[in-house]
Amino acid sequence: MGADFKFALLWSDVLIYFLVLSVVGFFVLLRSKPQTRKSWLQVFESRIGIASFMVMCLYIFIALLDSIHFREALPPVEGSTEVHYSNNVESVLDLILVDLKDNHEKTYSAPFALYSFAKENMTDEQGRLYRDFPRLRYGGAHLDSIEERGEDILLRSLHAVGLGVLFAFVAIVLVQLARKRWLPDLALPWGTVYLVLLLICVVVVWVLELGAYYHIMGTDKVGTDVLYQSIKSIRTGVLIGTLATVLALPFAIGLGISAGYFKGWVDDVVQYIYTTLSSIPDILLIAAAVLVIDVYIETRAEQFELLIQRADFKFLALCLIFGLTSWTGLCRLLRAETLKVSQLDYVEAARAFGVSHSGIILRHILPNVMHLVIISLVLNFSTFVLAESILSYIGVGVDASMNSWGNMINTARQELSRDPTVWWSILSAFILMFVLVLAANLFSDKVRDAFDPRTVAGGRS
Amino acid sequence: MLAYIIRRLLYALPILVGVNLITFALFFMVNSPDHMAQAQLGIKHITPEAIAQWKAERGYDKPLFVNDREDSEGLLTDTIFFEKSVKLFVFDFGKTDEGRSIATEIKQRMIPSLSVALPVFIIGLTVNICFSLIVVMFRASMFELAAMVLCVAMFSISGMFYIIGGQFIFGKTWNLVPVSGYLHGVDALRFLILPVFIGVIGGIGGGTRLYRMIFLEEANRDYIRTARAKGVSEYGILFKHLLPNGLIPILTGVVVIIPTLFMGSLLTESFFGIPGLGSFTIDGIQAQDFSIVRSMVFLGSVLYIIGLLLTDISYTWVDPRVRLS
Repeated sequence: MGADFKFALLWSDVLIYFLVLSVVGFFVLLRSKPQTRKSWLQVFESRIGIASFMVMCLYIFIALLDSIHFREALPPVEGSTEVHYSNNVESVLDLILVDLKDNHEKTYSAPFALYSFAKENMTDEQGRLYRDFPRLRYGGAHLDSIEERGEDILLRSLHAVGLGVLFAFVAIVLVQLARKRWLPDLALPWGTVYLVLLLICVVVVWVLELGAYYHIMGTDKVGTDVLYQSIKSIRTGVLIGTLATVLALPFAIGLGISAGYFKGWVDDVVQYIYTTLSSIPDILLIAAAVLVIDVYIETRAEQFELLIQRADFKFLALCLIFGLTSWTGLCRLLRAETLKVSQLDYVEAARAFGVSHSGIILRHILPNVMHLVIISLVLNFSTFVLAESILSYIGVGVDASMNSWGNMINTARQELSRDPTVWWSILSAFILMFVLVLAANLFSDKVRDAFDPRTVAGGRS
Repeated sequence: MLAYIIRRLLYALPILVGVNLITFALFFMVNSPDHMAQAQLGIKHITPEAIAQWKAERGYDKPLFVNDREDSEGLLTDTIFFEKSVKLFVFDFGKTDEGRSIATEIKQRMIPSLSVALPVFIIGLTVNICFSLIVVMFRASMFELAAMVLCVAMFSISGMFYIIGGQFIFGKTWNLVPVSGYLHGVDALRFLILPVFIGVIGGIGGGTRLYRMIFLEEANRDYIRTARAKGVSEYGILFKHLLPNGLIPILTGVVVIIPTLFMGSLLTESFFGIPGLGSFTIDGIQAQDFSIVRSMVFLGSVLYIIGLLLTDISYTWVDPRVRLS
């Protein structure tokens, strides 16, 4: 890569970093609140809770790496001192996955294949024309024949596993030291933590090691590595899950609590708004809004300098639409809970002491309905990840130029009807999406168990 | 009862007005009809005449709210708002961009939609209730743990994978049923087996989890403890006490979606090529035909509001303590 580059700031990058920082800040603040602290500890003390949390952290970490974008400087043009920057926006993740990214084949190839998926016209030494499967340019190019493949994969895998275990060992020692020093009485299920850490290290090293020599999940129609595409899609999935959930919060909290607290006409208006919004089928409302955004972008194309900025604008709009259509459920819950809480003695007492409305809401009501917010936050995350793929399939999801699992499934669908079948694209998207959604669902189950007063009081989960 | 229903229907009116205003604002105020014409015609064909013609053909060349050129009669009626939005209230959906009547399309496509959605709904509900009862029967055992892990896993798989996987295995590899397509009449059965089966399978994870929670909540109540203290057998408790009481929240909870079954399922219909309302909607979305999308939004809202009304009525039906007033 060139020595010179400049950062290309996308709005979604800024937002996701801001969000992650605020979540970290939120956790730091929480240390002083014993009740919430206890609930969170309950989540992290369960093996499933901590394991799914760590898997989600891995995904979020990859998404964050993929959210630092920059443009490389082009080689200077003769006689010009001005530096031009490439229109290709890359991210830090691309630097790490450079082998996967740059090893372009011509067309389809199966996982770990040495030969292309389609026959091609070639000429042999004597200049005669014949048709056969050509060797891939990168996939297994270091091998002489297909017989060596099994042994080579095995050796490289062993090497990768060894290296991964080594990394994991170093990491575990570091965590162990940190734990002794700063958190002597944190009773997490450390065995599980280390096991998951080990697994993550081994998988990451294995992918990087073998990805340099083979196409682990094959290549797609234009020869791009499928695994690279699915890893790049992580950013889209994670960002849509977090941004859309968080964008819905201000509406839900603001309107829900004020409806429950002020009652009267405020309540009527809020109820009217959310009944109206929720009576429109979600997917149709989203589709309608996206169609409108599409037309908006198409007719104002000149406002966007780069293709990726255009895609990013559409992506943010999509997050906002998701948020706008999904706040009604939480709003309804918050309204009902606020109605209940604002009847309680301590709120009456605060009112009698002359505490202002905002004071009562912030100090007495908000903390006591917070568990609903936290539960719906984690619940919505996986819903949005799944919804993104469905919408992209319908054609109203993220921009077609953006890597996303929905777009991958959409193209892979036609490939399944080919003969022989191209199955690796869809499998790759499936695995990466399934792991994320499963982790999110398991985590949200644990969070619900810990925060929902009904399950906490009932003693059963 | 009748008075209550009429009053509820009157309450529904402002909501429908709201839905209408939202869609109108989305489609005609954020983007003017000029933008729509540009996007539809594509970059190559943009001339002022082409845009004017496109708008005139579809009736988008009128003013939004007030028509100054008309005399008193057409002042408010000869506008886009009246033509495109107000007329929806009498279910006058107008025409698609290609000139077909949306009302006839809806009538024709309702049956295929229903013939997938209704079996999925009924079979799915029965299967989920059975599964959740079995899980509750073996509660606090390894079986429950395994079943719940399986449910979370199934719940985490996107519906599209069920469809794609099912089509691939049953349709392509084993050749048991046609991969997609539809025929009218009795022949439809052959085409319906797979979509219905996959619809049911895809719903098991979420449904069983939800109903298990409901049954467990009932299982912690006093009457169950009393029944056990009386010496009622576990099966007696399960089927005579738990099932009927747990069914109340389950059934009243699903009533709301019964009317929306008419709308069909977007994914299933488009993957299986079933000419129902779901695939109609997707076609409309993909062709950027705003008149279809607008009609479907309105229809969906009407059906949802009917569903809410049915929910309230069903509450009084199963629980005499609730009075409609």
